[in-house]
Amino acid sequence: MNSPSMSKTINRIIAAGPALLLLLAVLLPAPKPTNAIPAFARKYGLPCSACHISWPELNNFGQVFRDNGYQMMNERDSPITRDPSYFPMTVRITPQWHRESADTQAVDNTPGVPSNGSHSGTLSTTGFDLSGVDLWFGGTLYKNISFIVLPSSDPTATFHFESAYVRFDNLLHTSWLNFKVGKFELDLPVSEKRLLTMSGDGGFYYIYHFTSPGNLNPFGGIGDNQLGMELMGHNANSYTRYAFAAVSSLDGGVNQSYGETVNFGNITSTFPPAGRTFDYYGHFEQGFNTKGNGFMKVGAYAYYGFAPTFFQTSGGTPIYGRGNKPFYRAGAEWKWYFNKVLFKGVYMHAYDNGILANFGLGTTRPPATLPAGDHNVVWNGGFLEGQYIISPQWIVIARWETIHMAQQANDGIVASMSGNAGNLNAFTIANRWNPFMFSRAGLALQQEYSFVKSNGITNQGGAFGAACATVPTCTITSSSLFFGVDFDF
Amino acid sequence: MALSKKITRSLMFAAFGVALATPFVARGQDTGAHVNGLTGNVEAGKQDYRRWCVGCHGKEGNGEGENAPYVDPRPRDFTEALFRWRSTPTGTLPTDQDLYDTITRGVVDTLMPTWRPLTPQTRIDLVAYIKTFSPKWKTQKPGTPITIPPEPPQMIDSVLHGRQLFDQMQCWKCHGPEGRGDGPSAITLTDDKGEPIRPYNFHDGTRFRCGETNEDLYKIFMTGLDGSPMPSFADSLKPQDAWDLVHFLRTLQPNVKSESRNVWLEYVKTHQGQIKPIGVESAGQ
Repeated sequence: MNSPSMSKTINRIIAAGPALLLLLAVLLPAPKPTNAIPAFARKYGLPCSACHISWPELNNFGQVFRDNGYQMMNERDSPITRDPSYFPMTVRITPQWHRESADTQAVDNTPGVPSNGSHSGTLSTTGFDLSGVDLWFGGTLYKNISFIVLPSSDPTATFHFESAYVRFDNLLHTSWLNFKVGKFELDLPVSEKRLLTMSGDGGFYYIYHFTSPGNLNPFGGIGDNQLGMELMGHNANSYTRYAFAAVSSLDGGVNQSYGETVNFGNITSTFPPAGRTFDYYGHFEQGFNTKGNGFMKVGAYAYYGFAPTFFQTSGGTPIYGRGNKPFYRAGAEWKWYFNKVLFKGVYMHAYDNGILANFGLGTTRPPATLPAGDHNVVWNGGFLEGQYIISPQWIVIARWETIHMAQQANDGIVASMSGNAGNLNAFTIANRWNPFMFSRAGLALQQEYSFVKSNGITNQGGAFGAACATVPTCTITSSSLFFGVDFDF
Repeated sequence: MALSKKITRSLMFAAFGVALATPFVARGQDTGAHVNGLTGNVEAGKQDYRRWCVGCHGKEGNGEGENAPYVDPRPRDFTEALFRWRSTPTGTLPTDQDLYDTITRGVVDTLMPTWRPLTPQTRIDLVAYIKTFSPKWKTQKPGTPITIPPEPPQMIDSVLHGRQLFDQMQCWKCHGPEGRGDGPSAITLTDDKGEPIRPYNFHDGTRFRCGETNEDLYKIFMTGLDGSPMPSFADSLKPQDAWDLVHFLRTLQPNVKSESRNVWLEYVKTHQGQIKPIGVESAGQ
């Protein structure tokens, strides 16, 4: 694919990679004095950098502020202490130019005539685009009572409620008892909603959403915001934290009891697919000061959930889900805030019940026992991320993420694809620079490159899919190049 | 495929290499800020100051940050090296521990939050950097912290004597007869910058800006709050008198549980008619 001379050139560039990064660091405009995030920053007069490593990712001060129910605890939190004109709203959107590319894609030999066969090709798209928009409302209703309402849209402005909850803090006058109810992001080891990378292949954590090939479990992943209630607690500096949530087994879906059309797994229904059960999530983390070298946090988390495998019906029409089968996601975390560098790592072990994985949410009751050749699904994954904080206005991010299948859903997948179908490795590097930073608005210029290599995912389908399926090592590499202007006000 | 692997590895090495190398370069000049075995670092403190403090205290440390006009009370001007919450006598510089404690505790009822979430090292780095804003730190040494004698028992005699002192020393003129911060002089008070300043409201307040213990309250009398109308009484109050005053002031705080308030409420039950009002000369105003 590449000529020898080109290969040499690239090799030179690769060899010079670290030096180029350093050069880039020198040549880019020097950051101006820090002068922050809008809704809360405006309320408290602090720059964005006070609560964020780089917005929207929280530093420990921001974490404590959030854990206190978005309060500074200095008797200036209740809205009665604020100027009546203060309005707690933020809008965020990211105009961008991006290039998306994927190889090993099926391309018809004759355009428009699929019957003439297909060949392997690389597909690329390039151009300007928009992210979705977040309209973020958040603040305190009263001392120790706060709220978040976040209508969020896709790039075509189709809105949904990403978050909406009310939170009660310091119950019984202790920071160890805080309660919230509504739709919210689980207290994940590393927040995905506050992720700094934004490209097509790098804008999310794979382990938070991964489903193995052919796996029919409708659960979308712990990265999806869930609907339920959470009890959490923390000490004064949030070095010790716990959270326990009980959420509806709806993967965050709302309004389903009123007949809203929902897409749930392989079923599109105008009736609620609720399995009438709850899922449970727990997270604990502990921080340590590493004398003179920042601090470290370690923790563990687990999500134990259920999903229905068939519908109860009335006159043949689905009413609600039944035959709930379990699945879980569990793992550990490590974070080290070391002067200007932040390292973090998350490990996940995942399990899906075999009935759930092989039969999903169907219209008929699945067999009571797992048929021969079908299995429970197991995989492991994790990511390592490093952030270099050049200044409060400038950060460089690098991340490597991997997922490895330990057990496929059935022998058919192994035969038609491979035992490692679904394995992936993803890498993302990003540079994020805030030309200014103060307490009224935020603006970041972001450059990012990400790519992911997936094993045995024959998403191209058709004749070519079948061809690819015959190669056990068949992989797809996709990449994203992203230049965006991320702003909020 | 091999090329792709090389790219991956190189990018990873580049990012992590740069990330790993730089923090070791970041440590620098030691200004002599020391707390609990930690030594502050000016360069690190400068970065931290830009991240957390500059919005209010300003780039030059003069309390003129972009938010300063909207902050009440106004942010501290570090160029004056005039600090209210000290353990040292009036007119002297505070200790590193004093500055560290103020950063850690925050200042209640102001926009200065507690910075306890920052690591101890970050806080002492900030102390080191704050000390670069005034030349006084090079020419003067911090004062010697005052000695706080052990607190005597909170008995009714102590409370009554403290009450007498509160009246005689005319503390009520600013703090009000009931400690609500509404004395006849309250409206006229200004700080060293000419900004209006309100006396502490004991009735509604539970924490003081310098802490929340009886020792913290004792320190206020004996060190004064430099830059504010609250003077030091170190020359006019004996240590026992200061403790009596502390015990009386606790009776003014219905939202704070204290032995002083308990003995006072018991006394009031049986001596209601004998208690002379505080600040009688202002009664007709």
